[in-house]
Amino acid sequence: MTDMTRSAHDLTGLDAIRHDYLRMTRQRQLYTGVLILVFIVLMVAGFDTADSRNAGGFWEGLNQIFDFPADVISEAIEKAANLPGHIMDALPALIETINIAAVATLIGCGFGTLFAVLGTRGLALWPALIPVFRRITDILRAIPEVVIALVLIFVMGGGPVPAMVAIALHTAGAMGKLFSEVNENVDLRPVEGLASVGANWSLRIWLGVFPQVLPNYLSYGLMRLEVNIRASAILGFVGAGGIGYELRNAMTFGQGRFDEAAAIFIVLFVTIVLVDQISSAVRHKLTHGGQ
Amino acid sequence: MELSANDTPTPLSALRKSELSRIGSKRIKGFALVGALLAYLIYVFFAFDIMGLAERARMDNAAILVSDSVTHKTHVTRDNRSGAISVAIEGSRRATYREEQIPEWVTLEGQNAEIILRDGHRVTYEGALITYHHPAFGPIVIDTANGVDLQLPQDQIPGFINAASNRVSITTEGGRLTVTRARTETMRYFFGWEMFFFDLESPFSGMSVSEVLASVVSGARLDAAQSNLSLMVSNVWYNGIWRHGDVFWALTETVLMAFLGTFGAALIALPLAFVAASNFAPSRVMRFAMRRVFDFVRGVDALIFTIILSRAFGPGPLTGALAILITDTGAFGKLFSEALENVDNRQIEGLASTGANAMQRSRFGVLPQVMPILLSQVLYLFESNTRSATIVGAIVGGGIGLLLTQAIQTTQDWEKVTYYIILIVLLVIAMDVLSGWLRRKLIKGE
Repeated sequence: MTDMTRSAHDLTGLDAIRHDYLRMTRQRQLYTGVLILVFIVLMVAGFDTADSRNAGGFWEGLNQIFDFPADVISEAIEKAANLPGHIMDALPALIETINIAAVATLIGCGFGTLFAVLGTRGLALWPALIPVFRRITDILRAIPEVVIALVLIFVMGGGPVPAMVAIALHTAGAMGKLFSEVNENVDLRPVEGLASVGANWSLRIWLGVFPQVLPNYLSYGLMRLEVNIRASAILGFVGAGGIGYELRNAMTFGQGRFDEAAAIFIVLFVTIVLVDQISSAVRHKLTHGGQ
Repeated sequence: MELSANDTPTPLSALRKSELSRIGSKRIKGFALVGALLAYLIYVFFAFDIMGLAERARMDNAAILVSDSVTHKTHVTRDNRSGAISVAIEGSRRATYREEQIPEWVTLEGQNAEIILRDGHRVTYEGALITYHHPAFGPIVIDTANGVDLQLPQDQIPGFINAASNRVSITTEGGRLTVTRARTETMRYFFGWEMFFFDLESPFSGMSVSEVLASVVSGARLDAAQSNLSLMVSNVWYNGIWRHGDVFWALTETVLMAFLGTFGAALIALPLAFVAASNFAPSRVMRFAMRRVFDFVRGVDALIFTIILSRAFGPGPLTGALAILITDTGAFGKLFSEALENVDNRQIEGLASTGANAMQRSRFGVLPQVMPILLSQVLYLFESNTRSATIVGAIVGGGIGLLLTQAIQTTQDWEKVTYYIILIVLLVIAMDVLSGWLRRKLIKGE
């Protein structure tokens, strides 16, 4: 670094740079510090507000946090002989939950694909309508599933269909966005090639785009299936069918049927872990293996 | 695949044949896949009893839902025993007209009343005799002196009358009348949401927009204790029907749940992720244990945590925040540890060569590399958790989710349901925009 021929002028230049650099660093540190301070204040104030608006306080609750799991586990152990029977009883409801998630994922991905293709520049059938389809997916994504499910339960009565429709709509919105991001990276040359031999729009998409994007679509679809199984269990709890509904029934009965609740907990846990493992294995194969 | 001139045509035809058979088998596989999907959908069609759904679906409920979400009704109710008549919007005690406020389509005289409905329909209460004047069908008289006695101008009971031994209800395009021994109630429908800004208690009730503005700017004080502006704001805020203040708090609670849950989870997951990342883990055993903890937390559904926590902490936003926090700690732990495993080691080695300790190496060598990834993941989940907080709120009893489920369960207040849904959608879109803006600002720099 030291250079014998450097003049005094250069040295002051170096000093100036050094000075500027330190000033900039200090300024950045100040900004970061202020940002962190604001964040901490927000967290503490938020916690305080939430704590004061909660029925039970945080510190009292902390001591009781294991009371309920302990109750459930002790009752489950006490009636361990009943567990296999309860697990078998929960299976139909579990299948319903999985069916809700699977059909909703299928239908949602179907509509999502449609929205994505119609909302991507270069692929859209009607380029003028691209913003329309994008806004549709935005709105579908923004409406929480529980809203649609509850309204549909009022019209259709309880059961799997309201949950299925609700999850499918949300999935269509979410997948519409993810798929259109995938579509934006598509190589357009096959599409142009197909256009040059006279292929119509649907053939161009089917033969020129889908072979490129299908692995990504599948991978996102599988991830969505995991999410949707959880969503379908939760929706069951607010009145749509499936395992969530059974769980609520067992829970509201309270002590005495906790062994049933425990069986449902186990079934739900195992299912989610299994689907998680299978889907990540398949996804791994799609992105790395294959070919 | 190069074909030189001296190649015999056999490889070409062989190639052609093998390609054709490859395409053929692919095609068969494709058809098999489509067939399997179709079979599955047919199975679900029966498993979900879609055919039965058409019968079970309550289209009248759907009609009520649609019409109620854009209209409101005013009830003219008489207690048949005491003879007292009240005129109230949606039959709500908080929205009962005072005597001087009673609308012009209702005429009251002691126990008697005349109510003008739409399209020439009219209802009169005369002592024990209730008469529904139907312009096409003729007068329908219901005598409540001894039970509920229906007298029709024609023999057959038309479809718009639902009569039982102790209850008669008439539903027409003009309005609705229900009569039981104890009560006579006439309902007239109006377009729009009633008293969205001011309820009947407010002195501003019934004023037009320009009248309210004029009174705020230059009117005499309606309440000696405060200015008209603060009176107006407090009247809107404490509106007895729409409860804008409570709704605002509910929205705040929902955002609070998402905020505390997401960022709390990120703060907890960050140090744990170092333990679970292969290149930072203090020991393989700890790494393995930490990974299984993350897997377990992700495997136990948010639903289960929500139930367990609401038992311990009772209903409220804190419970919801903790449920989101625990669930997301598992997700963040996994995502963060994967990000940490992908860091570039050269920066860390450079710091180590200057004698930096483990803390300093993490702070200056690792965090600057992973921070953009972590922040974008956290902000993304923050937005999606705003949506989850609605559902969690419905289960734990906090935030806008609670208000929404309550409004839906009463199956009356569809205009409120519509209002809440609009607010939720706007909130989620706002969060989406905010998290996108923060991502650009914090990660890409200005």
